[in-house]
Amino acid sequence: MNDSEYKKYVYIGVVVGLALIFVLRLIQLQLLDPDYKHFAQSQAIRRVIQYPARGGIVDRYGIPLVTNEDFYDLMVVPALAKPLDTAEFCRLTDIDKAEFIAKFAQIDSLIKKKKLGSRQPFTFIKEMTKESVAPLEEKMYKFEGYYLQPRILRRYPLKIAPHVLGYIAEADTALTRRDSYYKPGDYVGISGIEKAYEEVLRGRKGVKHAFVDVHNNLKGSYMNGAYDTSAVPGQDLAISLDAELQAYGERLMRNKRGAIVALEPATGEILALISSPSYDPNLLVGRGIRKYYPLLARDSLKPLYNRAIMDGYPPGSTFKLLHALIAQQMGVLSPSTVYPCGGGFSIGSHVVKCHPHGGPTDLRQAIQISCNSYFCRVFTNIITNTKEAEKHYTIWRKYITAFGIGEKMSDTDIPHLKAGLVPRPEYYDRYHGKGRWKAFTIISLGIGQGELKANVLHLANMAAAIANRGWWITPHLVKKIGRKPVEALSLFRRHETGIDTAYFRPVVEGMERVILAGTGRIARIDSISLCGKTGTAQNPHGEDHSIFVCFAPKENPKIALAVFIENAGFGATWAAPIASLMVEFYLKRRISRPHLEERMLNANLLFAK
Amino acid sequence: MSRTRVRANKPDWFLIILFVAITLFGWLNVYSTSRGEDESFNLSLTTLYGKQLLWLGISVVAGFGLLLFDGKFFPAFAYLIYAMSLVLLVAVLFVGTEVYGSKSWFVISDALRFQPSEFAKYATALALAKFMGNKEFSFSGQLGENILGIIPRQALGVLLLYAVPGVLILLENDTGSTIAFAALALAFYREGMHGGFFLAAVLAAILFFLSIVVPVVVLIGILAAIGGLSATYFFYTRQHKVGIFVIFLTSLFAAYVTTTDYIFHQVLKPHQQARVNVLLGLEKDLRGAGYNVNQSKIAIGSGGLTGKGFLEGTQTKYRFVPKQTTDFIFSAVGEEWGFLGASLLIFLYSALLIKIVLNAERQRTRFSRVYGYCVFSILFAHFALNIGMALGLAPTIGIPLPLFSYGGSSLFSFTVMLFTFIKLDAERSEILG
Repeated sequence: MNDSEYKKYVYIGVVVGLALIFVLRLIQLQLLDPDYKHFAQSQAIRRVIQYPARGGIVDRYGIPLVTNEDFYDLMVVPALAKPLDTAEFCRLTDIDKAEFIAKFAQIDSLIKKKKLGSRQPFTFIKEMTKESVAPLEEKMYKFEGYYLQPRILRRYPLKIAPHVLGYIAEADTALTRRDSYYKPGDYVGISGIEKAYEEVLRGRKGVKHAFVDVHNNLKGSYMNGAYDTSAVPGQDLAISLDAELQAYGERLMRNKRGAIVALEPATGEILALISSPSYDPNLLVGRGIRKYYPLLARDSLKPLYNRAIMDGYPPGSTFKLLHALIAQQMGVLSPSTVYPCGGGFSIGSHVVKCHPHGGPTDLRQAIQISCNSYFCRVFTNIITNTKEAEKHYTIWRKYITAFGIGEKMSDTDIPHLKAGLVPRPEYYDRYHGKGRWKAFTIISLGIGQGELKANVLHLANMAAAIANRGWWITPHLVKKIGRKPVEALSLFRRHETGIDTAYFRPVVEGMERVILAGTGRIARIDSISLCGKTGTAQNPHGEDHSIFVCFAPKENPKIALAVFIENAGFGATWAAPIASLMVEFYLKRRISRPHLEERMLNANLLFAK
Repeated sequence: MSRTRVRANKPDWFLIILFVAITLFGWLNVYSTSRGEDESFNLSLTTLYGKQLLWLGISVVAGFGLLLFDGKFFPAFAYLIYAMSLVLLVAVLFVGTEVYGSKSWFVISDALRFQPSEFAKYATALALAKFMGNKEFSFSGQLGENILGIIPRQALGVLLLYAVPGVLILLENDTGSTIAFAALALAFYREGMHGGFFLAAVLAAILFFLSIVVPVVVLIGILAAIGGLSATYFFYTRQHKVGIFVIFLTSLFAAYVTTTDYIFHQVLKPHQQARVNVLLGLEKDLRGAGYNVNQSKIAIGSGGLTGKGFLEGTQTKYRFVPKQTTDFIFSAVGEEWGFLGASLLIFLYSALLIKIVLNAERQRTRFSRVYGYCVFSILFAHFALNIGMALGLAPTIGIPLPLFSYGGSSLFSFTVMLFTFIKLDAERSEILG
């Protein structure tokens, strides 16, 4: 028997050999390979992002413009979902049975393709409102495997000012790649105030490190929160809009193409910024973006387009005000200078026509009746028909841009503001040759036509600068960030136009006459001293654009504004009455001319040619 | 020889200490893996660790109770116990409860359920010890009692005792139990079965895995080259018989290699194929077949040198590792107790196994020795496959870590098995062969 005793060494040898293999393997896994530690961390410790509430937005009087509203997503965990009463479920969730079946088919196929774990929550119905979810909430206990996930979405209670407020949407990959703060699925301001004050409104995400179990359920906190940072809530914003004025303007502009910008001259605060046609900002919220954005983008009336700041139009006769100011400053015009009209200003065979009006005029009268011949002469006096034309043009242009026209106003908080166009001398050199152009060559600038392009904000700002008799503050929207008033932050610059205050007097008086006895009589408001100027921009594509700039009251102006209505004909016909209604509403909060108001509200100029 | 009392029966305290160390360490890990995170300590039958502690108590009582038995009881009742286990094995096929696709459990109540295959291992070990315990027993059949002139009658007897419960367990459709049972054959080597059989089995297993990775044609080519060269050598050295045997063996393996493809695709079930593929690194399905092993490796690997500490294992606590109270409990040891704890456990098992071999060798009766080797074989198979699986060295097979994993009937039957040997060992001087 003992002849086989040696075999015990075989058994012992095998045991020792195997134990050695195991220990070597343990050394490899536990001591040499650091990957397993990382794996363990990454799967058991989840970084849970704490999303701060986005700041709300109120108007200058505290009326909410943008709020956050609770919504609910109905989630389902496929592995836990039990069969349910489909009819009841569909009734409570307001979906039909086919949709219900389709959803589950989708879930099945996602699980099959391993794109969805069977224990991973799937969004069954998105963004149910608080009201619509109430009946479902009571019955949730019946639907095992389903739960309601609260979410916060933007709401626009007044449904106004979409172009000003902008909207937020999920960050695209370009952004998430550029800025590591944003992760796919995060919301970011895309336009308007939401974009301009993104960092103020969004706050700062926090992060919590928590353990998760294999089913992704959150367990305890990691290291008692030693590595956690708490979320910093977004700050509320007060903007300078007057919500009621904005809403009123939007009503007036209904069925018209164009824009209104109203400013408070003393501060540069934007009181109203209206672009029409408009849309309900509540459409571009959450899942609505995917649904409505393409529709709005395809609409031939371009409701997404902000006509107040993006389009450049020839400013037309409103520009005559600047010529009157610049010419006085340059010493080539005095208020008493009288020029005859003669029905037009002739340069060789070319005639800049004027409308019929009585006799020779001085400056005030010329503004009052908007005499083309007068301002062609003024413009000619400024630029001259000499070799010095380019030099004078450069000076003229410096004054024009000093009014903000042709400028992007880089310190403004309105995203996407376009500069417009006040051509540089080189522009004309290219067309006519250096030194080969003079006042007559570019005479159409004299009446605000030609290559000039200004947008409605520029024109409103021009009105504000005239209202201030010589200076302006960059137009802006923000009034308070959190609790800090913007004045204290001195974010926006005061600009000097370089025109002496004295020269404004005849111009302002001319503007007053426009209303009292001139081209803008329709805009007259008995109780308010309104100063304005009509404009009619010639448009090669169709009917002229109707323009009106104004401010009121004459002394200590409270509001300056510009109205622009596409293809609506004379400035006096539509833009002037709408401007005057806006002024009256802002200053008095009531309208003394209901017939005029009614006519403006009901006018449909959308399809005017 | 007459029976003489040489000295008092003293159980081997070294084995008992190892037993206590392993079971207590096991219970701590069952506690760690089964307790709910925020639950307070609750030693009642509502918790797994509560049940396990009860079973540990029952097992210890039974184990020490066995020490009070007369050692003669075991050889005397070996066949009866064996017959009872056969009855249970047949019965479970009809009235058993299916768990994880295997019909191998009697479920009496939620807390009381047992696997007859556990009992069968013990019973068969006793029966084999009884059959081979005959002093005249020999695998090679020197007594000339060959059936059909080839198969030794006694070897056939062993084969029958071994194969009948083996086939019944195979029918339960539980790979783990089947392999654990089959491991009893390891004891046959000590009793004279030719080592070549075991080498051939190991070679067959290696060839099986190789044939999945390497094209069969290449494998046959390699076999032919090795076989041809060695046969040439033997013929050249005029050892013709050996040469012919080598050629025979080579052709046998070559034929076998052509069938592995069939075995792999037709005999193995898809999930088993996937597990083999994962082991061989052919498949890296970390969400499917590879999930268990990958999670087990992550848990163990993240333990580092000293581990994360008792009850601090995140992979364990948050249930990343499946079956961590039973089949994958070693991953909890690796994670919470680290390299030191895991190595200690491997050391404890190695010491237990080696001590069993040494004690088996000091038996005076062949019965006790065979039984000792049977206990060794079963414990060894569980140890090798369970820890090998947790470390990603063996394919995933549901097999518990003996005396350690959660499971009352498993703990109980291993305890009884071990203490029966301790009892036999204690009386080795009393019972003379």
